[in-house]
Amino acid sequence: MDMIGISNGVYEWKGFRLAMDFAVTKASITAVLGPSGAGKSTLLNIIAGFENLNAGRMTLDGADHTSTSPAQRPVSLVFQDNNTFAHMTARDNVGLGISPSLRLDAARWATVDNALSNVGIAHLALRKPGDMSGGERQRIALARVLVRQKPILLLDEAFAALGPSLRVEMLQLVKSLKAEQSLTLLMVTHQLEDAEAIADHVMFVSDGVVHAPQTIREFRNSKDAAIRNYQR
Amino acid sequence: MGIIPLVAFALERGGTIWPDAYVWRVTRFTLLQAAISTVLSLLPAIPIARALARRQFWGRGFLLSLFAVPQSLPVIVAVFGLTALYGTAGIFGGWFNLYGITGIILAHVFFNLPLATRLCVEALAAAPAENHRLAAQLGFSDSATFWNVDWPALKPVLPRIAALIFLLCAGSFIIVLIFGGPAATTLEVAIYQSLRMDFDVTRALTLSLVQVLLSVAMVLMAARMLVAPTTQTILRLGQRRFDGQSLIAKLTDLMAIVAAAFLVLPVLAAIVVQGVTNINFDSALFRAFTTSISLAALSCGITMPVAWGLGRAQTTLPKFRTALIALGLAGLIVPPAVIATGWFLAFRNINSFAVTVVLIASLNALMALPFVLTILTPAQERNAMQHDRLCQQLNLNGWHRLRLIDIPAMRGPLSQALLIAFVLSMGDLTAVTLLGSQGLLTLPSLVQQQMGHYQSTAAGGTALVLALLCFGLSMLAQRLARWT
Repeated sequence: MDMIGISNGVYEWKGFRLAMDFAVTKASITAVLGPSGAGKSTLLNIIAGFENLNAGRMTLDGADHTSTSPAQRPVSLVFQDNNTFAHMTARDNVGLGISPSLRLDAARWATVDNALSNVGIAHLALRKPGDMSGGERQRIALARVLVRQKPILLLDEAFAALGPSLRVEMLQLVKSLKAEQSLTLLMVTHQLEDAEAIADHVMFVSDGVVHAPQTIREFRNSKDAAIRNYQR
Repeated sequence: MGIIPLVAFALERGGTIWPDAYVWRVTRFTLLQAAISTVLSLLPAIPIARALARRQFWGRGFLLSLFAVPQSLPVIVAVFGLTALYGTAGIFGGWFNLYGITGIILAHVFFNLPLATRLCVEALAAAPAENHRLAAQLGFSDSATFWNVDWPALKPVLPRIAALIFLLCAGSFIIVLIFGGPAATTLEVAIYQSLRMDFDVTRALTLSLVQVLLSVAMVLMAARMLVAPTTQTILRLGQRRFDGQSLIAKLTDLMAIVAAAFLVLPVLAAIVVQGVTNINFDSALFRAFTTSISLAALSCGITMPVAWGLGRAQTTLPKFRTALIALGLAGLIVPPAVIATGWFLAFRNINSFAVTVVLIASLNALMALPFVLTILTPAQERNAMQHDRLCQQLNLNGWHRLRLIDIPAMRGPLSQALLIAFVLSMGDLTAVTLLGSQGLLTLPSLVQQQMGHYQSTAAGGTALVLALLCFGLSMLAQRLARWT
């Protein structure tokens, strides 16, 4: 079953044009690859509702979401930076994922604490993001993803600022979270090895076109000149 | 908002509105005193700033902080200090006549020379350190260093500083009201006198229209230069410079610094000395204090939400950005006397104390708005960039977003802006004079009243209380700016 589907989609902004027509199957992990400035982040912003398509239709989880507001979409997007509010504790930051007014009953707070321990930062619950490392801050974001329980998770170079071994660790964490909630995962990355570590499909973005997902093997053996050039 | 009743009234009276010789004379004087004040504030600021930039001496930091004081000093307090020094009964009385154009310009220079100096020091410090090293390596003379390193750093900011000072001086009200006279009066004061003393509505209207046309012309000429001043007190320590080693250079720097200190220091000293033994905690002081605090709080209650909305709209409605910026600067562009005239005409049949209070607070809010916006808008833009997408995704908006995200995340700039608005309103005498009624006594109007009734000792005490309040809150605002 398709989790994300865009048909005849076109996005245009100040001379930049991105065309897309693809479907992403439920519970898959797809890496979004392509040269800088090709529109990988734009694609995630369109799915999350921060940008809107100028033409075409988009369905998410079987419902039309072409022009719904970001909060209405079954999507969590984790950015590279600024995923947390610096003045709030990790626990409050995660709690926001359940209620924007932060009025939670005991059971809901238990859910929050559970999520924090799931991502391995239960001991940091009452600290503020400013006193944490970059990896720990991204764990807060992932804990929030867990409590929001949205079926689609988008990662926009979420771990690009982390060191290599930590990045591998975070990817494994994401993979286990994905399995737990059977998330459909789309991740923008610049590291081919990240894609190979956990992804089963690749979406290649270049020259104003989002190519439909192909398997890692297909991508590796592609005859497409742009893809060959990118892999070199 | 003040313009609409003005225009309606002007249309009603049609043909009778025409500038006569008096209006032209006042216009000429307004421009003349503003031009002289600007030149005398800006030209000396350049050598003083250079002296401060290239010398490291004991008391340099103190002098720079001292130069920040006039900015947070209520106008009436400075007027009191200048009168205590140079007035007829002053310590240096008889040196020159303080009443007339001399006093007006002296007061303007007292406020604006330190401001210009601080802005020039900031500009000089922004010159690349490599340029100074290169100048030293190439054996530049002092003047070559000035023209090749300092001047390029100063040139882009000088027009902006000049435009700001000119605008402030052209719209100056209290200083001209007190030091001026029939021969030395500006449009602002003439509007007030026509309306409130002579009850000559037609003349007030004519003057207002000239004033508005003039302001619009000035703003159009200086549109890009017009930015409300930054209220930053922390100045980087002077970078290492290699020029100014000759004896003549050392002497000129010494003279510049001493002259600058002599402009500011005696006035501040007079305020402290005259005030410190004369603070009289009587019921008048207490009542004026309560009134001032309440008015300032009301004014903040108006200006903060408006500033917030204007700043937020700049992010959400980028198409109207320019219009929104202009709207925020309205308090600088449309002179208070003009707005007050409009309101006075619109509300002339309503004789209510509550309306008067709200109008005074609103005018104060409008005058504080440009300063509040310069602090708040950049912080809001940063906040939007960091949090907007996340908040949208979490459906976090309205009151909850304000309560949980915006206010805690921006508490530094918010409290700084709030205090600045509070200080400006509390020290302001313009709005109270323009719109006030008999029963309304604030701290600044108490100082003015006591000065007028030859109770200069009592005035000294009140002035010091007011000065300390404003200065203390300004210092607190600086501290809170870094509160995260």
